[in-house]
Parts: sequence; C-alpha cells; structure tokens
Amino acid sequence: MGRMGFSPKHACLTDEKDPNRQKITNLTSCLLVSCQLNLHCEVRPPFSSKFPLPFFPSLPIGTKATKMSTAFSAANFSTQSFPLNHTSTTSHDSPLVFAKPTSQFLRSTRKLRLSSSSKLNLNRRSGTVVAVSDVVKQKKSKSTPTLLITKEEGLELYEDMVLGRAFEDMCAQMYYRGKMFGFVHLYNGQEAVSTGFIKLLKQQDSVVSTYRDHVHALSKGVPARAVMSELFGKTTGCCRGQGGSMHMFSREHNLLGGFAFIGEGIPVATGAAFTSKYKREVLKEADCDHVTLAFFGDGTCNNGQFFECLNMAALWKLPIVFVVENNLWAIGMSHLRSTSDPQIYKKGPAFGMPGIHVDGMDVLKVREVAKEAIGRARRGEGPTLVECETYRFRGHSLADPDELRDPAEKAHYAARDPITALKKYLTENNLASDAELKAIDKKIDEVVEDAVEFADESPVPPRSQLLENVFADPKGFGIGPDGRYRCEDPKFTEGTAHV
Amino acid sequence: MVLVLRNYKLRNSRLVPSPFPTTLTGCSKPQILRPFSFQLSPMAAIFQGVGAAAALPSSPSYSFDSNKSVFSPRRSFSVRKGASFAVVRSDGTVNLNPKDRRAQLLISNAVATKADSAAASSSSKPGHELLLFEALLEGLEEEMERDPHVCVMGEDVGHYGGSYKVTKGLAKKFGDLRVLDTPIAENSFTGMGIGAAMTGLRPVVEGMNMGFLLLAFNQISNNCGMLHYTSGGQFTIPIVIRGPGGVGRQLGAEHSQRLESYFQSIPGIQMVACSTPYNAKGLMKAAIRSENPVILFEHVLLYNLKERIPDEDYICNLEEAEMVRPGEHVTILTYSRMRYHVMQAAKTLVNKGYDPEVIDIRSLKPFDLFTIGNSVKKTHRVLIVEECMRTGGIGASLTAAITENFNDYLDAPIMCLSSQDVPTPYAGTLEEVTVVQPAQIVTAVEQLCQ
Repeated sequence: MGRMGFSPKHACLTDEKDPNRQKITNLTSCLLVSCQLNLHCEVRPPFSSKFPLPFFPSLPIGTKATKMSTAFSAANFSTQSFPLNHTSTTSHDSPLVFAKPTSQFLRSTRKLRLSSSSKLNLNRRSGTVVAVSDVVKQKKSKSTPTLLITKEEGLELYEDMVLGRAFEDMCAQMYYRGKMFGFVHLYNGQEAVSTGFIKLLKQQDSVVSTYRDHVHALSKGVPARAVMSELFGKTTGCCRGQGGSMHMFSREHNLLGGFAFIGEGIPVATGAAFTSKYKREVLKEADCDHVTLAFFGDGTCNNGQFFECLNMAALWKLPIVFVVENNLWAIGMSHLRSTSDPQIYKKGPAFGMPGIHVDGMDVLKVREVAKEAIGRARRGEGPTLVECETYRFRGHSLADPDELRDPAEKAHYAARDPITALKKYLTENNLASDAELKAIDKKIDEVVEDAVEFADESPVPPRSQLLENVFADPKGFGIGPDGRYRCEDPKFTEGTAHV
Repeated sequence: MVLVLRNYKLRNSRLVPSPFPTTLTGCSKPQILRPFSFQLSPMAAIFQGVGAAAALPSSPSYSFDSNKSVFSPRRSFSVRKGASFAVVRSDGTVNLNPKDRRAQLLISNAVATKADSAAASSSSKPGHELLLFEALLEGLEEEMERDPHVCVMGEDVGHYGGSYKVTKGLAKKFGDLRVLDTPIAENSFTGMGIGAAMTGLRPVVEGMNMGFLLLAFNQISNNCGMLHYTSGGQFTIPIVIRGPGGVGRQLGAEHSQRLESYFQSIPGIQMVACSTPYNAKGLMKAAIRSENPVILFEHVLLYNLKERIPDEDYICNLEEAEMVRPGEHVTILTYSRMRYHVMQAAKTLVNKGYDPEVIDIRSLKPFDLFTIGNSVKKTHRVLIVEECMRTGGIGASLTAAITENFNDYLDAPIMCLSSQDVPTPYAGTLEEVTVVQPAQIVTAVEQLCQ
C-alpha cells in the first residue's frame, strides 16, 4: 500500500487497492484514516496551457516527475527524514464507515487521484494534479537526510510559534479576568501558517490580516507589549488603543491591519501590492520588490471581494500571495456546508494563478511553499493562492462556546499540534536540545508576562485623544461658527468640543 | 476689488451662457462682502439644455460656443432682450458696458479675497475658457504632473478616456498603470485604492456613476473613513473618490442617485460638491492635495458648463462655502445643480423685489458654519434647496446644524426644499417633478418672507 496523500477535510480517500470504494463524506469517519497523513502538497498548474507551466519556472513542461520533486523541496522532505506528522498507527486498516458519494466533487477528485497515481504528465490540461506523494515513492530509495532548516532558523520558528501560543493563552486568561472586552479571536493551532509565511518576509513587505490578527502582528515583529496594550485599550497600544483586537496596525512593521469584516482586507492587500508594482514601474524604484501577504479564512473564499481581487491580482501580476487559512469552520458554519467546491486551491487556476494546497499544521511544509510563492511574487511573476489546511483549537472567539465541532475532530488536530511537531522534529534531528527549547519556553513566558505588566501599568487614553486621528488633516472638521477652524479651538484639543 | 455681474442674451438660436459670476479663489479667512447698493438690471437665466450631457458617452465634448446650437432650452424662461451687465468697482463707480459681453466675469467673492485678484479691466481676458469636465481634467492633469504618486483608477478611465471624458488623454500621457482601467469590481478597486493610499500613493478613484459606489460602500465606510483612526493615526489615506451623481436627464432610478446623503455619516471623510468649472478644478486639486479622504461629487448635468478660469495655479478651500450672490432678505443654501435652479429663481425673485443671498455650500461635510452663520445673522431667514431626498439628506443635517447653532437668529423656521422621497422615474414629466424647480423656490421664498 503506497502512501496516500489526502486531507481529511476533503473527505475523499482513494485506496489504490480498491478504487471502487465509495467516498467518505463524513468527516468523522475520515479521521479514522487520517493519521496516515504526511506530506500532502498538491501543486496545481494553472488551468490552461496558455499560462506558464509549471509552478516552478525553472522546470520546462514535460519534466519528469523526479526532477519536479527535487525542485520542490517539500517533496524531498517527505522522502528523507520523517515528516513531522508521521504517526505509526496505520489506521487505514480499521473499518471505515462509507457513505454514498453525494457530490460530484468527490467523484471528480477520485478520478484525479487515480489519474495522478499514474505517470505524471505535466502537459495534462484541466485538473492536473501532481500529488507529490506519488512522486515521493520513487525517491524513497535514495534518501539522504538533508534538513530543511538550520538550527537558528529552527529555533526562530519555534520561538515565534511558542510566542503566538503563549500570547493567545494569556489573552484568554486576561479576557476572563475582565482586562479586555469585545471580540477576541484566538489563533491557537494555526501558528504554523503565520510563522511559516511571515518569517520569510522582510520589514518592508506588508501583511494584511483579519480579525484573528494577534499572531500575525507578533510574527511580523510588533512587540508583544504593544499588542497587549492595544488589547487592553491603553494608549501605549500599537494603535493607541483605538483599534483593539481586530485592528492591529503597524506602520513600522508594515502590518496593514486587522480588519473586522471578512474579505475587507484583501482589496487593501491588493492595493499595497499595486503600490509595490507602481513604485517599480512608474516611480522607477528599480529594486522595489515588496511582497504583500493577505491572510484570510475559508469563509472569506465565498466572498465577492476574494474573487474580485484574485482577478485583479492575476490580471496585473501583482506581487501578492493570497494565503487561505482553511480551518474548516466559519464560526459555526462548516466549510463543506457552505462551499460548492471545498477545494479552495482550485480557484487559483481559474484566474490564472497557481493554486497550492499545503498542510497548515506543519510549519516546515508551509515554509517551503511560502518560499516559492513569495519568491514568485518577488520576481514579478504574479500572485499565488495558497490554501493551508489548518485548525483552530479554540472557538471562533472567546465568546464562542464551540459546541458544534466534533470532539474527535478536535482531538485529531490536537494531536497534530504544530508546536509539538516542530519540537519533535528539532529534537529528533538534533537541531536543538530539550533544554534549549525549554529555555525558549521560559523566555517567552517572561516576555508575555512582561507584556501584561506593561499593559496593566499603561495609562488609558485621555479624553483629548478622542478627536485626534479622525482626520489626518484636522481641518477636515471644518470651520466653526466663529470663523476659526474647529481644530484650532482649545476645547477641541481637550476633547470636549462638539463636532 | 471688483464686482462684476454678467448675463447674456438669447439671440436667434444662439445661446451663449455663462454661469452666474463665480468665485475667484479660496482664502483661509472667510469674509463677508458688503453688497453695494445700486440698481442692477435683472439677470437672465444662467444656462440650459444640459440634457445633452445625458447623451455624453457617445458624443464628443460639447461646446457652448457660438456656432453650435447644441441644445434648446428645456423650458422657456424669460430672457430680457437687451439685458446688460454692469461692472461695479469697489469704489462704487458703475461701468455699464453692454456691448462687451465677453468681458470679465471673475468676481471676487465674499469668502475669498485677494487684493490683486483677477484683472478688472474689461479689455483684457486673463484666463482661459473651458467646460467643467475639462476643468476637472485640467486639475487632475496638473496634479499628476506635479506629483508622480497621483494615479487614477476606475472603469474606463484609461483607453476610453472616462465615460464623461474627465480623464481623456491621460492614459496616453501617463501610461496604463498610472491611469488604471479596472475591471467592474467597485468594492475591490476602491479597496485597492485605499490600500495603495495607505502605502504611499495618492489615488483618484472614479465611480462611473456615483450610484455604483454603493457597491463600494463597505470599503468607503469601513476602510476609507475609519482606518486612519483605528490605526491610531499610523496610516493616512489621501484618496479622492469622485464621480457624477444626481438626477440627470431621464437616466432612470438607479443612475440618478444622490449618494451624499448616504455617505455623510461616515466619520473620517470629507465631502465636497463642485458646481462650476472654477470650483471644479479648484476642489479637484485641493482634494488631491489633501491628506484626508475626500469624496468629490460632480453632477451629470453640469459637465458642459463653460466658464473662464484663471491660468495660474489655484485651489478652492475644501471646507469653505461660496457666496454666489449677496443679499439681504433671505439666505438660500444650495449646492451642485440646484445652484442653477436657485439662480434662475433668483432672477424672478429680484423682479418681484426680493433680495436673496445665495450661498453654494460646496463643502457637504463639514459644513462651513461661519459663512452660513454670518448669512443667517444678516438675513434671519433660511431656505435650503437641495437635490437630496427629503429624508436624511444634506438639507436635513444642515437644518439641524443651523438650528443648533443659530436658532436665536432665525425669524422663521428653516425651509428645506428637497427632492421627493421617490425613486427617480424615467418619464421626463415625472422626473421634473421629483426635483426642486425654480417656481417652487420662488414660492418658498415668498412664503418665508411674509
């Protein structure tokens, strides 16, 4: 039995032994066989051969599968040292509950699976799927372990993910203690996506996020103190307390927010990418290669703004990467229930950009995909759509009782905790010792504690801050009845003017 | 300073209109000009036949020039034959020069004063004549030359030159990236403009029709208005969102919307409405130079107004109102197309012996309460004439603002003439009735001044 790559979310499983087996539509039953999941990285060339094929520009069309896999190091990764999520249980032998195939999608995927298990043919049009797992089989024999990351990189990734986790846990604590209010959306479990992508960026690259943006801010470099104060609503927060949990902005670190409505940030990210292209082509700043990352969720992928921006980004070859953090749930709406074709990465080729699907619980895989996507954008080859399959361990927000999700599903993903997996990888490959990792844990704990202390001790915004920053040019408040601009009125600066 | 009043004659079939004397420049300190007491000959109606503008997309630019009689007045209006104009100098001397119709039209106005403002002599002709959409184009072009960060985005702004030709020729001059033809995705390209503005560009986003910007309401309200604040002042959004709105010539309900009433509550944006070529260019330039997000409302029917504007660089202050006609009896506050209906009514009113003070408020958000207030304090009666709907329109806000601030000065309740709360019907007769007509304005003033 060869290794199969699949994702439980897709609820499709092809067993090469019995291709006639019915599809699994029930997510829960899929989990029983999901432990086998290791590398699953489908590289989908764009739909029509008019567009550049394949995903990696260095490979001409028709390149043999083995070569393809070498170019894509995640494939290498899967052949050599054990993948992060390898588990020993081969539960695909356990009895499965099968349901009748109900969706055309599943049937088509099955066809795709079967076809891809045969010889890889990059010339194949519409629906070519390169399931790297099949490629992997061929490389298995001659594996010489080459690690994907150095020790420093590994520790950096680990520290970033632990910071994200510890910070979010502290947020929850503080929320329940009444230090912060409103909507707080925590990122537990999805750290691999944030760390995997953002740690590859430069300072001038931009990140646009959603309301689940604390960890994106931290990964981008915004100090934990600033984020925590912002959550507490203090004036020392990164947005002076005026934004809150859902509006993290940082000009210095080029974090363009923080948006409360889903999909709202995607056009803004497209605009930032447009500026980068404009600077290069119109303002002639030849070395301007700033990349923008837009993070959003599975629910957003049914929103008009998503599609409109995919179109525009592909049309003008903007240097942007669209990162879908598919955690299967939009509050209580399962992705499968709300989307006609749940495979989001397929929507990329429809617009003429590559669509990649990657295991978002595995930071190394995400990082490899991110390298390529960001590299593509930097070289001016245009946008990429990356779908990261991930999961949030907590509810949608701290107000969400999270009763709808299956405990078995949660348990399954909890077992694939990205931090534990990276830790295991680092220790088993002798990149870091337990002691070093524990030291990092401790350091992060201190950082988070310090952030809370700082936020606690910071002052709340004074009343005079109310009318500041409404307009960049405060003359926008207009001319008062006395003939002076309202902003010149002393009561205005005290915050007691009525505008 | 020189006060020049001008009208024109309808002779044969030629119409040589010009808008009522318009303002010169924006100045930081508004002032009131004491009107001179002299007998003015009644003014003719201002302009007509902007119905032609409704057919614009397929037709080349109109000229109001002499040899073309492109349109006929939609309705008859009394034009006094042999009407003349008077040049009144600041020292009180009056110079009647009926023969020279093309002489100076620049007027220094109440709000703006510049001692050496445009030449008074009737023989020199400083400035150049152009139509309102050309004025917008000129303003835009000058700003694009001045600052390479200024760019234009919108549907059909590039190769097509803009559906109302406001961006004609810009794509050839500045390239396809600076004058970007976008797909039909208002929400997203407005958001893209906002993202570009946050990261250093100064985009001018065109809505082909203001009504289409309803699709962009999400981005305009949430991001355009709010991001400067929610980011704690870190990101500025120097974007200009512009487009034609208002009731046109039988364009149907969806193309005849007045979005100023919907946008006015959004905190963080400024709204201005242009009404003459002079203030169109001035406001366009001021909006582009402003660090705030500005929404510039143009009107479909006003694109073909012709006026002589100065050659030199000038801007109109975004927060100021414009004194169109000083008066004593009643303050009429208006903006955009209704300004012309008001001026037409003013002619009738003057005939009947009233002396209305007409102010084009220009700045829809924030209101210039100083100019308005001074006027209220003088006349004690206010009539607001607007094209917005009755419910929740600019007039409603203005009524509230004036009542709050100047209630003591009012001798009578504020009257507000607005469009009917109906979707604009297609039929011409019905459409006429939905918007305020000069006859209604005359009646309202008579009622107010009892």
